[in-house]
Amino acid sequence: MANRPMLEIAALEKRFGSNTILKNIDLKVAEGELVFVIGPSGSGKSTMLRCCNRLEEPTSGDIIVDGRNIMQGTSRDLDRMRLQVGMVFQGFHLYPHMSVLKNVTLAQRKALKRTKAEADARAMDMLERVGMEHKADAYPAELSGGQQQRVAIARALALDPKVMLFDEPTSALDPELVGSVLKVMKDLRAKGMTMLVVSHEMGFARETADRVVFMDGGVIVEEGTPEQIFGAPQAERTKAFLSRVSG
Amino acid sequence: MDRFLQTFFNPVVAAKYAPDIIAGIWVTLEIAAAVIIAGIGLGLLLACLRAYRIKVLNFFIICFADIFRALPPLVVILILYFGFPSIGIRLSGPMVLFIVLSLTLAAFAEEIFWAGFSSVEKGQWEAGIATGLGFSRTLVYIALPQAVRLAFPPLVNRVLAITKMTALGSPIGVSEILSSATTAQSFSGSATPLTMSVAAYLAIFVPMVIVARWLEGRTAWKKR
Repeated sequence: MANRPMLEIAALEKRFGSNTILKNIDLKVAEGELVFVIGPSGSGKSTMLRCCNRLEEPTSGDIIVDGRNIMQGTSRDLDRMRLQVGMVFQGFHLYPHMSVLKNVTLAQRKALKRTKAEADARAMDMLERVGMEHKADAYPAELSGGQQQRVAIARALALDPKVMLFDEPTSALDPELVGSVLKVMKDLRAKGMTMLVVSHEMGFARETADRVVFMDGGVIVEEGTPEQIFGAPQAERTKAFLSRVSG
Repeated sequence: MDRFLQTFFNPVVAAKYAPDIIAGIWVTLEIAAAVIIAGIGLGLLLACLRAYRIKVLNFFIICFADIFRALPPLVVILILYFGFPSIGIRLSGPMVLFIVLSLTLAAFAEEIFWAGFSSVEKGQWEAGIATGLGFSRTLVYIALPQAVRLAFPPLVNRVLAITKMTALGSPIGVSEILSSATTAQSFSGSATPLTMSVAAYLAIFVPMVIVARWLEGRTAWKKR
């Protein structure tokens, strides 16, 4: 845990008009750490995640990826830094007009300027890692949700990101498909990827997270190890939320 | 019955004016091809520019599209051909026809492509931008192919409509199909050249309609 911070969110604020979504968020994710963000819907956890690659523009604050502040620099700098921050969406968002292989090679070719051979080789490695190499020539519409999400993970990994952001990666999946995606994420963690995950998979958080962050009303209410948060939550709001979700 | 055949299907007249009508077919096809390429190209370019959401630029693009969709092309053709020489701009008939029809098609094509862009899911843009492609490359590689696919069926209908409008060249002396036929009709005093023009239009458009129908049937994303 003494590792240097790979992703640092400092004094992050997000307002829409007079509506404050995020207030004074500070969060550090160390290299190789898996940080899990939980909280009721509307707590701002997805917005916080989307600020980390500026898909959502922060109102103020800093986002520092591996020592570089992505709030500074030109839009070209921002695009370069976005390559280092992989993102996996709730809705997968694979490109429907491209084969699985093309989905995974597009940004490698056009943004990283890799050759076709390099990009294809890297894509096949990553598809193998998520167990999807046999579907390289398929189109997204021919895949199940779980398969699409694994391809989306491979698409992000192929760019060699330093951090991976997961925005409710299993929420749109049928229950029987969730396991395949969680397995891939667990494997990523074992390989030392730095990960920030917004999810409702409490069992998975308990099992694999290094740290759990509880958010409510646009602020971080409490953070700690899974044992602390799930076993002995301190804040009333955390207790109330956990008793609701565990039913 | 005999009189009907003499009027509409006179073989002597048909033989005499067939070369004129055939020449008219070529003029129609050439102008149509140029209009389709220029009109769709310009329409696509404008729709892409509009995607950047630059307020001033979009104001002009929307004005252009609305005005050219609202105006009857014949009015603009007559103004350019008969009005513009008075201010020193002299354009040939085929050039006037090409310009007006291209702009009209561009106005419709822009709206059709824009509707296509608007139906591309927001998540598609986000996926491209999150992978470092930036707005322009996301536009070209991700949004554009999907927008074009969605735009295809309405665009085909527009192309058919605009190709038919080449007949508007006839009042300004462009010797396309209709013009050749009416000229031949005046000289011969027979309606047979008009029948020939019907045949000529059908010869062009029935295959186009069939191809369009076939293309529209292939809309699902799958292996090619």
